[in-house]
Amino acid sequence: MSTTADQRPIAPQPAALDTTTVTSWKAPIALGVFTLLGLALAVFAPRPGDTTYRLSLARDVIQLPELVVPTMPALWSVIVLLALATAYSAYLVSRKRRVPLWLIVVFALLAVFGFLTWAGAGASLPMIGLLFGSLSLAVPLIFGSLAGVIGERSGVVNIAIEGQLLAGAFTAAVVASVTGQPLLGLVAAMVAGMLVGMVLAAFAIKYFVDQIIVGVVLNVLVVGLTSFFFSQVLAPNAAILNTPPRFDRLPIPILSEIPIIGPVLFRQTLVVYLMYIAVALVWFGLFKTRWGLRTRAVGEHPQAADTVGINVNRTRFWNVALAGAIAGLGGTFFTIGSGIAFNREMTAGAGFIALAAVIFGQWDPIKATLAALLFGFASNLQNTLSVIGSPVPSEFMLMLPYVVTIFAVAGFVGKSRAPAADGKPYIKS
Amino acid sequence: MSDPTEPRGDAPGVNEPDADVALEESVAASPDKGTAAQDAEAAGSGPGPRAAGGADVPPPSKWHTMLNQIATGNAIISVLAVLLALIVGAIMIAFTDERVQETIGYFFARPGDTFAAIWDSVAGAYSALFQGAIYNFRRDTFAAGIRPLTETLTFATPLIAGGLGVTLAFRVGMFNIGGRGQMLIAASVAGWIAFGFDLPWGIHMLVALVGGLVGGALWAGIAGVLKARTGAHEVIVTIMLNYVAFYLVSWMLRTPGLLQAPGSSNPKTPPMKETAIFPELLGPQYNLHFGFVLAVLATLVVWWILNRSSLGFKFRAVGINPNAARVAGIDVKGVYVWAMLIAGALLGLAGVSQVLGTVTSGFTAGIDAGIGFDAITVALLGRSTPWGTFIAGILFGAFKAGGFSMQAAEGVPIEIVLVVQSLIVLFIAAPPLVRTIFGLPDPERKKKRARKKAMKEVAAK
Repeated sequence: MSTTADQRPIAPQPAALDTTTVTSWKAPIALGVFTLLGLALAVFAPRPGDTTYRLSLARDVIQLPELVVPTMPALWSVIVLLALATAYSAYLVSRKRRVPLWLIVVFALLAVFGFLTWAGAGASLPMIGLLFGSLSLAVPLIFGSLAGVIGERSGVVNIAIEGQLLAGAFTAAVVASVTGQPLLGLVAAMVAGMLVGMVLAAFAIKYFVDQIIVGVVLNVLVVGLTSFFFSQVLAPNAAILNTPPRFDRLPIPILSEIPIIGPVLFRQTLVVYLMYIAVALVWFGLFKTRWGLRTRAVGEHPQAADTVGINVNRTRFWNVALAGAIAGLGGTFFTIGSGIAFNREMTAGAGFIALAAVIFGQWDPIKATLAALLFGFASNLQNTLSVIGSPVPSEFMLMLPYVVTIFAVAGFVGKSRAPAADGKPYIKS
Repeated sequence: MSDPTEPRGDAPGVNEPDADVALEESVAASPDKGTAAQDAEAAGSGPGPRAAGGADVPPPSKWHTMLNQIATGNAIISVLAVLLALIVGAIMIAFTDERVQETIGYFFARPGDTFAAIWDSVAGAYSALFQGAIYNFRRDTFAAGIRPLTETLTFATPLIAGGLGVTLAFRVGMFNIGGRGQMLIAASVAGWIAFGFDLPWGIHMLVALVGGLVGGALWAGIAGVLKARTGAHEVIVTIMLNYVAFYLVSWMLRTPGLLQAPGSSNPKTPPMKETAIFPELLGPQYNLHFGFVLAVLATLVVWWILNRSSLGFKFRAVGINPNAARVAGIDVKGVYVWAMLIAGALLGLAGVSQVLGTVTSGFTAGIDAGIGFDAITVALLGRSTPWGTFIAGILFGAFKAGGFSMQAAEGVPIEIVLVVQSLIVLFIAAPPLVRTIFGLPDPERKKKRARKKAMKEVAAK
């Protein structure tokens, strides 16, 4: 390290301070890799024919025409555009400028379009179904990542999202089955998630147990408890205890008739509408209210917050409890949100994906939501492609979101900065 | 060192036992801030006796210290934590038992029935657990009766190896959730060598073992390299690699010519060749295999690396404070890569012992059997020390072995074991809670008083 520093010529001290811009070649390299992957697809696995994009459902009032794209010309033009975007990002970096976020977003959209066109050659892609399903699959992830954002912003790492989702799913199923009221199930799920959150908070804040330990252990505990009660109590009495009613779809009168957006966003269930509200509220709360300012202060610099009279540990406790309630709400998606009976470990790692979305989204509620949507899209893409007959083995399609995340975390996001006091207990002196 | 949270490193589990020390330090407001860090290090590097703290307390006699430690120390807390967890488990077993539910209907008429039913259900379940895990009294000969204990050790083998992998990463301040992926890749490589090649006995096993270890190490190394090179968070990367490995192995298992058994349409490999299978340690009537010896060796190696080698010193330094380690001239990035490589090899050993020892008739994508995640709990219970992990692995192995026999004999779902295990870790992690429940004295109180007195004297001057 020191030798390279010595070899650098020492510039004469300028009058004004130089602003150093830190640039990194990671983004152009990652973009280049994706462009080359696209090129390989076009060269080694060309697929003749046309790709049809279906943009409307049969029952829509306003019918959009089907979009027919010739597969190979479209793929080649996408590759050219991707190469241009890569070159532009390389140019920016060579001029010591940052690669803007919009370029990466445009690149990603183009890449997805190119891939869809290639994979759907000779078939027609139901875009509404694809997007609708993506949103649905993303619902628990979004709730989970909101819970993670609130917890970590106030300085408590919440690994127990998985457990909170599972507890919510379990309680919602049981309460809704017994009472026949999905709304009561919703409330019960929030209480269950909150209880898990409170246990986490109590151990982490009162007993100073390492937060990651408590989180991991709580996940195991909830898996154990729910599976135990499932096999001991729920399975023998499934008719009474485990036949949850489901939420009905509630199309919003005018909004649901907007082409594409309407059927995707506004013909959903109550849980999804609650999700929109939750995202907006968490964003507004965190960045525009006194509560949010205090939460962030407690997570960034608890001592400073304490000095100005904020009760650090109480703030943290109730934030973690709130986060638990939100995650519990997300858990309802698995049972009463989709009308499915509870089953062992039915969340299947969604909490961990939500955690990844938190970090991928840089601890920001909106970005974390977008990351969760990306995961939802990728998993639903596999479902859709397997229906129309995908040329790629389904395992690779399923793998795709995770590979993309690794690329994204390593390439585009780079060193993401957690809240400064994240994971550290505050001990008042 | 003005920040009272400073002595706590980022490594989970490393300094955790000293949370109350840190609290007490901050209450005492710094006559000897340094000891907290030393305490933390001492507790982190081994289950040795805790440093007695303040300089103003005269060193008590050895016997007194020992008695005091038995009453207030970690051992009694651990035992009580296990007891407490078993009590909670007993409550769950009792209240979901059908006979108990029947008798509770006429509890006030004949309370004795209820208690008898509770006793029957709990005692039945726990004696089945014991007989399934340690010694089965219903067998005639000692050789047959001791079989459950060998089962326990067999179940413990991958848990120990995997737990060590998580422990090692913890000590470097990294959280390796990628056990599942590392085990799957290692199992696939080892399995592929074991059924796809013809080599002489011994060499075949060795080649398969090394192949598996390298596979696991490289898979974990991806996370290490990405963390070192790009700062990508290892928690995300290892979680993502779990899924990638799972789908990759699933695909290979259903693709003829890769891992799928020829002539079969199931996603399953052919059986391992005899030359590659781990030898049985105690003869054919027991399942215990050579993998257990490897797990013991791995514990020794990890202990040596962490406590006796310069690499281990660097590991611990980075784990406690990466910035200080960098200033001291330690190549932090290199440490991250090496730590993940070794951790991956250890989880690889868990995967290899599964395919070459426990399930030799060919494996599916479920070969990891959740061990990658159990390993995290094992490492936490073992407080991130090699021998602690070893003991925790055996304890969890016992629960696993006993849990299956409990399910078979008494119909109690094996998930109760998960509950008990997680409660044990939770209680052990929070000694003040256990002390409150059992009304034990607080070992810090005496010291605290002495400190306060000293403080007053200082203030008076």
